[in-house]
Amino acid sequence: MSFLSAQGILVFFLLGMVVFSFFSEQFLSQSNIMTVVRQASIIGIIAVGVTVVIIGGNLDLSVGSLLSFSTVLVVDLHDKIGPVNAILLMFALTLLIGAVNGFLIGFMRLNSLIVTLAMLSAIQGLVLIYSGGQNVDIANQQGTWFAFFGRGYVAGIAVPILLFGLLAIVVQVVMSYTGYGRRIFAVGGNPMAAVYSGIRKNWCVFSTYLISAFCVACAALVLGSRVMGSQNNVGQGYELLVLAGIILGGTSLLGGAGSIWKTVIGVLILGFIQNGLLLMGYPYYIQWIVTWVIIILAVWLDLANKRKRLLTTHS
Amino acid sequence: MTSLKGFFRGKTAIQPIWIFVIAIFIFFSFMSEYFLSLSNITNILVQTSTIGLLALGMTYVMINGNIDLSVGATLGLAASLVVGIQPLGLTVAVLAALAAGIVIGAINGLIVWKTGVNAFIVTLGAMIGVRGLIFLYTQEQSFYATNFAFADFGASTIGPIPVLAIIFLLCTLVMHLVLTRTGHGRNTFAVGGNPEASIDAGIRLGRHMMINFIIVGFFAALAGVLLASQMGAATPNLGRDYELWTITAVVLGGTKLTGGYGSITGTLGGVLAIGILRNGMNMMQVPAFYVLVILGAILISVLIIDKKLNAPSTKEVRI
Repeated sequence: MSFLSAQGILVFFLLGMVVFSFFSEQFLSQSNIMTVVRQASIIGIIAVGVTVVIIGGNLDLSVGSLLSFSTVLVVDLHDKIGPVNAILLMFALTLLIGAVNGFLIGFMRLNSLIVTLAMLSAIQGLVLIYSGGQNVDIANQQGTWFAFFGRGYVAGIAVPILLFGLLAIVVQVVMSYTGYGRRIFAVGGNPMAAVYSGIRKNWCVFSTYLISAFCVACAALVLGSRVMGSQNNVGQGYELLVLAGIILGGTSLLGGAGSIWKTVIGVLILGFIQNGLLLMGYPYYIQWIVTWVIIILAVWLDLANKRKRLLTTHS
Repeated sequence: MTSLKGFFRGKTAIQPIWIFVIAIFIFFSFMSEYFLSLSNITNILVQTSTIGLLALGMTYVMINGNIDLSVGATLGLAASLVVGIQPLGLTVAVLAALAAGIVIGAINGLIVWKTGVNAFIVTLGAMIGVRGLIFLYTQEQSFYATNFAFADFGASTIGPIPVLAIIFLLCTLVMHLVLTRTGHGRNTFAVGGNPEASIDAGIRLGRHMMINFIIVGFFAALAGVLLASQMGAATPNLGRDYELWTITAVVLGGTKLTGGYGSITGTLGGVLAIGILRNGMNMMQVPAFYVLVILGAILISVLIIDKKLNAPSTKEVRI
């Protein structure tokens, strides 16, 4: 029973899958599940990075604008300097912006919520200045291997899913089994204690924003390659969807706790709610209302659960 | 003689944001011949009234130690309601829209109060969910005002001053007085500054939080009604991203995200700073894109200055 309450969100997830499968025959088919995971993979890839930032005790609201920036950049440069150079330059510039975030929050010790809010607006401005307000696309869509990241398959599995899975596993392993991961948890849990135990807190916080930016660059690769073009505000609102997925997974916004595994579940729940409600014939906006209710119920139950455990251990 | 430190901490009469507002006001007056005219200044007031009304409520919630991300969605819902229900009569429509804002604020407040879930999460959920309610109600359609009195109201003036600007300034005055002169205002500061101490002092923490969420919901709805009357229409996506602008304005005005510190006068300065920047740069024919970058840069600069001046006294800020 304690296992069940600890994995509450997973139980909830499986229950939801069963309910949806009653209402729609296609829901549990392999092709549908693959479609959902594939659609969720862009938000998922970003959420992996943001989870690391949150475990380190900060927030990152700039990922949506950064996604627009990176996608516009890689798509626009593809025709100008070739795919390889475009991808390399895009990764470099995205990491540079991540480093600016990291510097301001890690070394200047500014409030992460406001800094990334300011960066959200500034990066969106940069995208518009760069593109002149125009949308960009790739002229020759058939004759480029760039399509591989968004449309390709390896061993029957879509590349976005592979990329999502690979990133999630690597980051989860780093967070759970390396000294670096433990230091991030320590910094997020109790910054003061972390500093006194000799952890270089500033560098740890700085590095989480590099990880977040790297994940956004990967997501931009998938998004740009799938659409073969980009609107200049394509990532608008992603920052909050990503947060919704992370919160649903059960990672606390207070820092020092959480896991990539939970985030993957949270993002998939969002994806399956969307897909299941659509298959049941509801219009797409119903999922937003359902998400509202589920986010609050999930966090509330999680909180009540923790309180109960705290009471039983203390009395 | 007052020290520079005390001056920037807002201990003297003039807040730093107002120095900035006056500076850019003078700057744009010299840079553009059209900037310094009565019609343009009232125009700025009308343009800022929407974000301004949202920011009034947001200031209360943030001083209280919470945050509200659902203001943009609430604004959109109120705008759609006030235009959509108009066939039943204008009064009914306005009352229904305002009631919707109050109800959403009350729901947010009640959840934060009774469950103890972080306000950031609660209102993030509401932001997504209320947008869903708008789409459900409007069926993804834009509504156009059929009642001409409603659209005329948005464009009407008293003397040379637009009614919308007067409403905004009146609301600012009332909210300033409530924050500085009433028990609720004092308790809002107390709860945000030190929740444990205020419980010990017998302050009913949850009620004040709930009242503040109702206030922000009401102002979001009012902003929605006025914006709809300005445009004579409402679209389902109205108000998207307004929460981010609002938080930017309030933070520029010196209110702290940690709670317990802030003022309505500062918020008014923050709102005007954004409005004047946008308007002035338009007048100078700078593309609107640059305003976004400059605004971000200013926000970060404000944080750095604040950090440098208050370094020893600030506690670590975390959500």
